[in-house]
Amino acid sequence: MIETQGVSKRYGDALVVDDVSLSIPKGGFTSIIGPNGAGKSTLLSMISRLTPMSAGSVLVDGMDVTRTPGNVLARRLSILRQDNQTSLRLTVRDLVAFGRFPHSGGRLTAEDLRHVDEAMDYLRLNEYRDRPIDELSGGQRQRAYVAMVMCQDTEYVLLDEPLNNIDMRFAVDMMQLLRRAADEKGKTVVVVLHDINFASCYSDHIIAMRQGKPAYQGTPQQIIRDEVLRDLYQMDIRVHEVDGQRICVYFRMA
Amino acid sequence: MTDSISSPQRASRSGALWLFLLLVLVVVLGLCSLNVGASRMNLLNVLTADPDDRVSKILFASRLPRTLALILAGAALAVAGAILQMMARNRLVDTSTTGPMAAAALGMLVVAIILPNGVPLWARFLLVSAFAAGGILLFLGVLQRMPLRSALIVPLVGLVMAGVIHAGGGLLAHHFDLSQSLRAWNSGDFSAVLRGRYELLWVAAALTVAAMLLADRFTVIGMGRDFATNIGVNYSLLMAIGVLLVAMIVGSVVVTAGVIPFIGLVAPNLVRLVVGDNLRRAIPMVALLGAALLLAADLLGRLLIHPYEVPSSNLLSIAGCAVFLVVLLHGRAKWS
Repeated sequence: MIETQGVSKRYGDALVVDDVSLSIPKGGFTSIIGPNGAGKSTLLSMISRLTPMSAGSVLVDGMDVTRTPGNVLARRLSILRQDNQTSLRLTVRDLVAFGRFPHSGGRLTAEDLRHVDEAMDYLRLNEYRDRPIDELSGGQRQRAYVAMVMCQDTEYVLLDEPLNNIDMRFAVDMMQLLRRAADEKGKTVVVVLHDINFASCYSDHIIAMRQGKPAYQGTPQQIIRDEVLRDLYQMDIRVHEVDGQRICVYFRMA
Repeated sequence: MTDSISSPQRASRSGALWLFLLLVLVVVLGLCSLNVGASRMNLLNVLTADPDDRVSKILFASRLPRTLALILAGAALAVAGAILQMMARNRLVDTSTTGPMAAAALGMLVVAIILPNGVPLWARFLLVSAFAAGGILLFLGVLQRMPLRSALIVPLVGLVMAGVIHAGGGLLAHHFDLSQSLRAWNSGDFSAVLRGRYELLWVAAALTVAAMLLADRFTVIGMGRDFATNIGVNYSLLMAIGVLLVAMIVGSVVVTAGVIPFIGLVAPNLVRLVVGDNLRRAIPMVALLGAALLLAADLLGRLLIHPYEVPSSNLLSIAGCAVFLVVLLHGRAKWS
C-alpha cells in the first residue's frame, strides 16, 4: 500500500500540492486525473522520491520513501516521468537493461537477460533492439522507456502520462499491457492520465485532483459521471454508456 | 552479410575489433616514441647492450618515462573528459574548455606565489587538484542555475568560465612577475619528463581504472537525476565522486606536464561515433584513443623541427579546434 500523510509542495508562494493524505491499495490499476495544474505529476514524483516534499511523508509498504535506501526502494517501486529527453546514444536494449540495475548493479545475469527480452517482446521492440534511442520516434522511445520500467519488475509501477506522443493503436496497446501487468502479475499500477476515457475504461480506482487536493476518489462508476466531471473540469461533459464502457463526450457542445 | 550472427554480437565484435586496433596503435606509437629524440638510438641495441650503456641510460631515464607519461596522461584526460560530459549532460565539453584545467594552472600559480620556497609534490598535487575541483564545481553550478540549457549554450558557458579563470591567472601572474611560468604551465609538454618526475601519473592511472569500474553508473548519471534515482543510483554521491576523479586526474597531469587541451573532447566524441555512449563499452576505447592522440601529438612535436620540439599542447589545440568544429557542424545537421 502507498500512503501519503499530509503531503504538500510549495514553490515560493504557490501551493502546488496541498496537504494530501490518501492511500492507494496494493494491486489493481489506479488513475490520477484532473485539470492542468492540479498537482497530479508533482504528487506522483513526491511519492516516488524524485521531488522533495515541503511537508508530510510517504510510506510505501510502510517504508518512508525519503529514508529508505535508494536501491531498496528501486526494487519495490519504479517511476517513469513525462519528459525523457536525452542526447545520449544508447541502444534500446541498453536502455531497457538499465531497468535491471537495482537487481544486479550492471552485471546482467541470465535471469536479468530473460527480463530484458520479455520486456522488449511485451512492447514489441525487438526490431529496434540495436537502434540508438535518439533515432527513434517519440512513440517508439516512450515504449522503450516503459519497457525499461517493466523490466525493473517492481511491485509498484508509477507512470506520468505514459500515453504522451503515442498514437491510438499503441495507446490502447500500452493500456492493455498495464492492465495485464495488474491482472496477471499482480502489480500495482498508478498512472497520471489526461485522457479521461482511458481512465474510465481501464481503472479500478480513480483519484480526481483539483487545486492540489484530491477532490473525488472512487471506482469509475462513481467518478465518471456528468456532475462529478462538470465540477472537476468546470465544463460540460456527458457520460454515455457505449458497449458497456462509460465514455465521456465533451468535444463539441450544442 | 551472414545472418547467423545476431546483431548485438556483431556490434560487440566490431567493438572488440576497434579495441584491438587502438591497442595496436598505442603500442606502435609507443615504440616510435621510445625511438625518437634528439639523440639517435635503435631500440634493438638496447637488448644487447649492457645496462650502463649510454643508450639504455637514455631509454630508462628519459624515453621510457616520457612514453609512459604520455600514455597515462592521454588515457586519463580522455576518460576525465568522458565523465565530465556525463556530469554536464553535454558532449561538447572538456576539462580544458570549461575551467578545470585553467583553474589547475591558476592553482600552480597560487602555490608558487604563497609558497615560493617549494612544496612537496603530494601537497602541490592536492592543492592544484582542489583548484581543479573548484573549476568543475563553478562550471556545474553555473549550469544548474541556467534556465535555458541548450546543447550549444553549455560549451559556450564553459568557454567563458575558462576564459575568465585564464584571464584572472594572467593578471595575477603579471603582478607577481610570473607570466613566463604561467605560460609554461599553460602550454603543457612532456619534454621535461624524466624518471622521478612523472610517477604522479600513476595516480591518474589508478583514477582511470576507478572510473572504468564506475562506467555504468556514470552513464546513468548522464541520463539525469530522475533516471538515476529511479533505478536506485545515488546521484549526488556519484556526482561528488565524479568531481573528485576528474579534479585529481587534471591535477596530476597539470602538475606533471601542464595544461593539455582537447583530448577529453576529441577522444570520447570519436569513440561515440563507433560504439555510442554506453560508457561500459566506450570507456576502454576512449582511454586508448586518448593515449594514442597524446603520443601522436608529442611525436609530431618532436619530429616537426627536429632536434627541437613543439609542445604537444599546441598541436592538440589545432587538431582539437578542427574536431570541435566538425562535431558542432555535424551535430547541428543532426539535431535540427
